[in-house]
Amino acid sequence: MEAATPAQQPMTPAPRRLRRLEAAAIAGVMSREVANFRTYWKGTTFSSVMEPLVYLLAFGLGLSATLVDEVDGVPYIEFVGTGMVATAVIFSSALPAMFGTFVKHRFQNTYDAILAAPVDVEELVSAEMLWIGARSGTYGCVPLLVTIAFGLDPAWGMLLTPLFCFVTALGFAGFGVAMAATVAKIDQFNYVTALFVTPLFLVAGTFFPIDGLPEGVQVVAQFNPLHQLVELVRGGAFGFEWEDLLRFAFLAAFAAVTWRVAIRQMHKRLID
Amino acid sequence: MAAIELRNVVKTFGPITAVDGLDLNVPEGICLGLLGPNGAGKSTTMRLLTGQAIADSGELRVLGYELPAEAKTARWQMGVVPQLDNLDVDVTVEDNLAIFARLYRVPDVAAAIDKALDIARLQERRHDAVDQLSGGMRRRLLLARGLVHEPRLILLDEPTVGLDPQIRTELWTLIGDLKARGTTILMSTHYIEEAERLADEVAVMHQGKIISRGRPVELIDEHAGRQTAEVYGPPDRLAETRAEAESQGLSVRPAGPAIAIVGSERGDGVIPDDAVVRAASLEDVFVLLTGEEAD
Repeated sequence: MEAATPAQQPMTPAPRRLRRLEAAAIAGVMSREVANFRTYWKGTTFSSVMEPLVYLLAFGLGLSATLVDEVDGVPYIEFVGTGMVATAVIFSSALPAMFGTFVKHRFQNTYDAILAAPVDVEELVSAEMLWIGARSGTYGCVPLLVTIAFGLDPAWGMLLTPLFCFVTALGFAGFGVAMAATVAKIDQFNYVTALFVTPLFLVAGTFFPIDGLPEGVQVVAQFNPLHQLVELVRGGAFGFEWEDLLRFAFLAAFAAVTWRVAIRQMHKRLID
Repeated sequence: MAAIELRNVVKTFGPITAVDGLDLNVPEGICLGLLGPNGAGKSTTMRLLTGQAIADSGELRVLGYELPAEAKTARWQMGVVPQLDNLDVDVTVEDNLAIFARLYRVPDVAAAIDKALDIARLQERRHDAVDQLSGGMRRRLLLARGLVHEPRLILLDEPTVGLDPQIRTELWTLIGDLKARGTTILMSTHYIEEAERLADEVAVMHQGKIISRGRPVELIDEHAGRQTAEVYGPPDRLAETRAEAESQGLSVRPAGPAIAIVGSERGDGVIPDDAVVRAASLEDVFVLLTGEEAD
């Protein structure tokens, strides 16, 4: 133990006031996520690879062999495989954001520890969203890689898939964090899943084109970020159209809106 | 400059007033024990000081920074050891410290970790996951985490609550070392012995206010006098003795199976010969002021 010394000075002299959205605070929170991820990455990676593989075998090979050969001139297995990117994104962003945030707040008191450090709610939420976005942006590409293994021709446009997945995942991470800060009990996520996650997942155009749906549903589907993601990924694989710029702008706006809503809801929850 | 200055701070939660016009001044370099029963407002005060709760009214300054506006900057120079264990249990000891060193923008993370591990005496367990540590080691790690950036001020919120006596003593030694290094400490506790042993000054908090403050010996002298006599016996006898003592203006409180007559040196023939007379304690003061049994 060290000998007695005069009053301690901090290791870094503090400026008069720290700024908003400091990169150091965001990086610090993300470093916590990375440290934890190192303890469970194997299971997450395994399921991220296995799930699209199983879906492609079941829907792609199963249906294409019996019922559907092609959709819009694209082999059905490639249609499903490119659409599965959206499925991977929502399940690796919205759900971890909902459950992870709730558990860290209510059961592990993690946010109390972080907010006792020089980090504010805006930085905390931003870091959580960025981490989920980065992770989901990576895992979202796995179905595409699996589909390439099943015969999809690689295309330069596919290189944008991680970006599309990242931006969409940011939006769903914000949605999940906001939901976690809103529900009173963890079981209430059942309502969120049944009312939002499942319908969004089913009406994204992953397994069937939405132009076969009733007109009203088609209009609603245009506001489904997952549908826009599916179209962008297919654009990357089979050729972009000018509307894809609007789709990307829509996803960016979705992320921006859920970011601010998540911060507001978390502030209400975390600051008395 | 005072490390902490609170003036007329009020914090309510719906109909409950947790902090009720609190005035508190903590000079730099001392250890102030915030002593009070459960629900006295100690934890709310701690949350107000970290900006995790916003006061309804009043003025708060920590290390010269105005709260809540400059809370983040104040927290940069402050360490917090929470009441509840909120370590990352799957992550190693070292990584737990590294995360917080980064959050506190420490330039040399490796050196800061080494130093914190030395303080917590956890060098040999640095590569172990937290869930492999004993309860005492985890508390020591929590303390080290709060010190990883060498803060000027440290807030200890019930640092030894729920721990067995041996671990409590270990932590008291660590906190004593911290005091010796000149760090300003605000420690909330409801353990009398903890306050008596570690605090330079004790502020007794009750129903959201500081109702008395001073060095432990001063508080004892002011409120409890020199001696306390504990009287044992059947209920009738205790009731009779109590009535007599109170008729002489002495304070009497229950003490387990006995009654304790505080300031018994002033009793005129009221103390039975078989009473156990001992020096008055901070516990006597605490019970007299708050009406609550001490832990």
